[in-house]
Amino acid sequence: MKRVFVNEKWCLGCHLCEYNCAFANSGETNMAKALKNVKIRPRIRVEEDGDAITFAVSCRHCSDPICIRSCISGALSRDETGTVCIDHDKCVGCRTCILVCPYGAISEDENGVIQKCELCVKNAAGSPACVAGCPNRAIIFEER
Amino acid sequence: MDMKQYCIIGNGVAAAGCIEGIRSVESDAHITVISREAHPVYCRPLISYYLEGKTRLENIGYRGHDFYEKNNCTVLYGQEAARIDAASQKVRLKTGEEIAYDALCVASGSIPFVPPFQGLDSVPRKYSFMTLDDTLALEEALNKDARVLIVGAGLIGLKCAEGILHRVKDITVCDLAPRILSSILDDECASIMQRHLESRGIRFLLGDSVAQFEGSKAQMQSGETVDFDILVLAVGVRAETGLVKEAGGNVGRGILTDTKMHTSLDQVYAAGDCTESHDISCGQSRILAILPNAYMQGHCAGVNMAGGSEVFDQAIPMNSIGFFGLHIMTAGSYFTPEEGGELYEERGEGTIKRLFSKDGYLTGFILVGCTERAGIYTSLIRNKTPLSEIDYEMIKQNPSLLPFGKKYRVEKLGGVV
Ligand SMILES: Cc1cc2nc3c(=O)[nH]c(=O)nc-3n(C[C@H](O)[C@H](O)[C@H](O)COP(=O)(O)OP(=O)(O)OC[C@H]3O[C@@H](n4cnc5c(N)ncnc54)[C@H](O)[C@@H]3O)c2cc1C
Ligand code: SF4
Ligand code: SF4
Repeated sequence: MKRVFVNEKWCLGCHLCEYNCAFANSGETNMAKALKNVKIRPRIRVEEDGDAITFAVSCRHCSDPICIRSCISGALSRDETGTVCIDHDKCVGCRTCILVCPYGAISEDENGVIQKCELCVKNAAGSPACVAGCPNRAIIFEER
Repeated sequence: MDMKQYCIIGNGVAAAGCIEGIRSVESDAHITVISREAHPVYCRPLISYYLEGKTRLENIGYRGHDFYEKNNCTVLYGQEAARIDAASQKVRLKTGEEIAYDALCVASGSIPFVPPFQGLDSVPRKYSFMTLDDTLALEEALNKDARVLIVGAGLIGLKCAEGILHRVKDITVCDLAPRILSSILDDECASIMQRHLESRGIRFLLGDSVAQFEGSKAQMQSGETVDFDILVLAVGVRAETGLVKEAGGNVGRGILTDTKMHTSLDQVYAAGDCTESHDISCGQSRILAILPNAYMQGHCAGVNMAGGSEVFDQAIPMNSIGFFGLHIMTAGSYFTPEEGGELYEERGEGTIKRLFSKDGYLTGFILVGCTERAGIYTSLIRNKTPLSEIDYEMIKQNPSLLPFGKKYRVEKLGGVV
């Protein structure tokens, strides 16, 4: 399957991926309307050491996902492409998945339930918006 | 060659893991599932969420409607395995019917433990809180005038309290232990959660238990009397080890297995709440009755039954427990300084972080209100990552991938994991 891969050497630390993610998942068509004066909750996060190192982290769509194995409600599963997706109707917000994801890739959303990268398969972008908007090809979407 | 026959006793999450494990290796063989409960596999932890109105009955199934069909399983609903004959590789049902197997998985879970309280027989409305049927029976008894007594302030008793609070008049919870959630929380964190639950109207009688029941009246050991309409017994659970024990297999408090989930009986595997696990955070064998464990053990058993190779050797206790919006996460073992443990503690407004380490490894944690990215800490315990290999000072404050160094990140973020 195609996954998002990170090459920290090329990361500028510009945080554009976070904004593009938040916009793609907002359901809005106007970026300003979606993001202006809003505390964004992107599913990809840029980590930085305050000096030279910056890199983005999002769900690895693990080949053996411990989040799916641990979910108490059966809300997490792989779709036919292998993308690890969440069924918000089934999720009860217990956060067991946050307790087990080794990369810290699951977070709380604005409604107190959980969110994670679903490779933009469910939103209008259709393929990862973070990758499309990265100015330096520090994140790419490909088969490896 | 004849088609292989696999048999699973029990139809919970461990059984579901076993089915998926078998199917990841072999697509043809036939699987028979013996299910005492007359329901397809459902999410046991969701029974309280159902009563609370946070999920619906049609949503508590663990897998889709076509799960058994897709996986070529025959489920014997409402049937109970009575005996395992390991020598002839057969399971006998209560009805007398026999099922031959090439490999068997015992995924029988646990049953509520009911202490011999005096006068318990005289209580007209009493319930356990383990199964969907328990839940539906309890639900029928709920009403706005009902006073509820819950015996047991562990996870199951308190989840029940959370689920029904808005549907009854009041709830009293008693426990012999001096604090709530005593197996996973320390005194301070338990008292934070207790105050939170009390602020919602739940009353506690701790360090106290029922001396005697007289109808709908509980005479407590402390001398107090509690009048109630509904009694919920949530004292604890016991692993269902009987079948394996009677067949001559090794059992302790739970069924004993190796890291392939194989028991001491030929071609008999076991998984889930009925087993003991080797807890790598303390090096001891203990029962870890949690859902992730059940799934992973079941999957491992299934793979090995079908001739594949998988080991399960990363068991640790871990719980994400939330009540009325307050979330606490715990994992691993907490060693005191006398036991050679080291504690890192951080407090913020309404938050506590406690990280326990020993001999250069993270062994456990308690996180109150600061649960973001907690899985990074959990992975340090499960993977037994030497703290000398990462920047522990940095990760203590902020669970992130920076402290792991570049090599790790290139591997994990730049490759398939
Ligand atoms: C209220 C509640 C809340 C919980 N919350 C959490 C939580 O938040 N997080 C978490 O990790 N865990 C939680 N748990 C624990 C979790 O539900 C269990 O660890 C998990 O369900 C165990 O799965 P299992 O398949 O091993 O056993 P079970 O789900 O108990 O399944 C075993 C099945 O086998 C059947 N069986 C037994 N003997 C026989 C026989 N002889 N013949 C036929 N069938 C038989 C039983 O009837 C049962 O249906 C909770 C449990 C309860 C009760
Ligand atoms: S959420 Fe975490 S555990 Fe689950 S697939 Fe993504 S990276 Fe893996
Ligand atoms: S928070 Fe939702 S998705 Fe995560 S483990 Fe709980 S029920 Fe599953």
